Amino acid sequence: MSAPAISVRNVGKKYLLSHQPREQYTALRDVLSDGVAAFARRLRHPFAPGERADSVEEFWALQDVSFEIKQGERVGIIGRNGAGKSTLLKILSRITEPSTGSIRIRGKVASLLEVGTGFHPELTGRENIYLNGAILGMRREEIRRKFDEIVQFAEIEKFLDTPVKRYSSGMYVRLAFAVAAHLEPEILVVDEVLAVGDAQFQNKCLGKMEAVGREGRTVLFVSHNMGAINKLCDRAIWLESGQLLESSDTETVVQKYLSSAFLGQSTRQFPVKSDKAAQVLQVRLLNGEHQESTEFGLGEEPFVEVRYLLNHELTGIHVACIVTTVQGVHAFSTADTDTNPKFFEARPAGEYVSWVRLPMKDFNSGIYHVAIGIGIPGVQILDRQEALSFTLHDTGGFATLKEGARRAGLLVFEVPWHLREKP
Amino acid sequence: MATEESLQPEVLLIEPEAPALHYWRDLWRYRELLWFLVWRDVLVRYKQTAIGVLWSLLRPLLAMIAFTLVFGLFAKMPSGEAPYPLLVFAAMLPWNFFANALSESSGALIGNANLLTKVYFPRMIVPLSSVIASLLDFAISLGVMAAIMLWYGVFPTWRVLALPLFLLLACVAATGAGLWFSALNVKYRDFRYVVPFLLQFGLYVSPVGFASAVVPEKWRLFYALNPMVGVIDGFRWALLGLKVEVFWPGIVLSTFLSLLLLAGGLRFFRGTERTMADVI
Repeated sequence: MSAPAISVRNVGKKYLLSHQPREQYTALRDVLSDGVAAFARRLRHPFAPGERADSVEEFWALQDVSFEIKQGERVGIIGRNGAGKSTLLKILSRITEPSTGSIRIRGKVASLLEVGTGFHPELTGRENIYLNGAILGMRREEIRRKFDEIVQFAEIEKFLDTPVKRYSSGMYVRLAFAVAAHLEPEILVVDEVLAVGDAQFQNKCLGKMEAVGREGRTVLFVSHNMGAINKLCDRAIWLESGQLLESSDTETVVQKYLSSAFLGQSTRQFPVKSDKAAQVLQVRLLNGEHQESTEFGLGEEPFVEVRYLLNHELTGIHVACIVTTVQGVHAFSTADTDTNPKFFEARPAGEYVSWVRLPMKDFNSGIYHVAIGIGIPGVQILDRQEALSFTLHDTGGFATLKEGARRAGLLVFEVPWHLREKP
Repeated sequence: MATEESLQPEVLLIEPEAPALHYWRDLWRYRELLWFLVWRDVLVRYKQTAIGVLWSLLRPLLAMIAFTLVFGLFAKMPSGEAPYPLLVFAAMLPWNFFANALSESSGALIGNANLLTKVYFPRMIVPLSSVIASLLDFAISLGVMAAIMLWYGVFPTWRVLALPLFLLLACVAATGAGLWFSALNVKYRDFRYVVPFLLQFGLYVSPVGFASAVVPEKWRLFYALNPMVGVIDGFRWALLGLKVEVFWPGIVLSTFLSLLLLAGGLRFFRGTERTMADVI
């Protein structure tokens, strides 16, 4: 029996938060002026206890997380924004040190926290392949060997000697992912990088990731895309406010996550972050009478209302609603530009409210999950929120089998059958 | 990949305050990345400026003319037996290299912040690559120096063999200071204003526009506290032959101080490296 590829023991990560609304880094000017102020205070009140601690607060992004990953296992990490997923990946990829605990890793690790890290706009596609490859930890000889394969995968043969600043964003992303996809580490750590490119390219990437897994490599994968997690991973780890909540087979964890996290809430607000170009502010689930609800009968069609904010004028964006089953299967998605291509034109900054009727008349009973995304299709996701869950209830109609069991399948149709006369 | 490495995978231990044992081994392992970053810096520098290489020729030449006019012609400073332009250019060589290397390397970590927060590698590679990339400009200027020497009919003696040693000394000083400032820059952003000021100041207190012989004898050792004094004296001695006198105790002191600067820089850099990705 081989030793675990990754073993994480009681890992924690502490950040110090300053309460003064200040930049992340310090300016020497501030340190000096604070020092002078403190000195002056000392002079006036020589016996007062030293200040300092009150303006700084400890924040544990991760706390006491322990788990093991066997060699060749593919593990998904899920959790809400701010649950500590990214911090965990950063520690595993040695970008930052843990504050407590220890991690043992057996084998060569490559981490992909972003596609196209270190790409330089002035350099050509060819030059960037070498540079990015080296940054991701490939040897020069290895890059040379895989060069043609990378170019082919990215579909950029003709633009190999063009500076990447002239690339379309789609080409840029394809090239970036192509380099990353040809890493051959024993352990691969991936953060949400599949959320790029058009649907066709995304499928290609997923396929590549699956192939990596089949070759017996250990994969650690963070994503909001429950379908991808379900498809790729044997096991899932659920983090919540920096702590490990559940670690089990993927289906169980994903199901628990989707149903527990948001069930029973028919409206959700998201805090305003000024650094985002576009963001979802509020999502509501409504029934046919325009009342908030999370419970619907079979054949009923829920309405989703999205309130979103554009911080500046944006062109080519769409607002999409993604519906998944509780097992993480992507059922369907719909975007506001589907029937109205005029929406691709520039949208001025401001707040918008739009709503859509989810065409779920033929869907089987079960728990469904709604995510809202704002982005430039095939290029970039500006904001994506796992918003709400709702239940379609069996109403005892034809979908219920005689024994009271739920009929299998994602969809249910009442279809007449006809008896042909005996020949 | 049936290498020995994959047959017996090594174990990586991640802990708070992990020992520095593997750091130097990692630095060696990432040497290819170091070369790639040097290659990138060089490519980008010559692609971005329209006149590219010409710029690195013009800058020291114009400075040489200005110094020769002001110090040589107007102030009538002594140059020993060497022609004044040669005296100046022999000093511009190491000084420009030092100034370039220091200003590039001290801003290097901030400039590569996106790398630091997304991939692991020994962070020291970043300022090191800036120092190495500055060597290209130095090489070009060295070619110009050769042409000027030919023009004046001054030929190097066997002493030119010592030139790499003095260049190494300039590298040590630039790397040492670069490590200090790049790490300080991450912590306190206003250091980006300190470096250009120091360099401008340094240009005038270092013997670039004049021979260090003009400094009174009793101040010579004190003057050599500036590590570039030794380097510049050394360059003049190695390139211009017998015509320039050298103050050897000063060179020894400069060397010692450069090494001290480097050792301190390494220590300080290693100390701040752990938290760089969190604050940058």
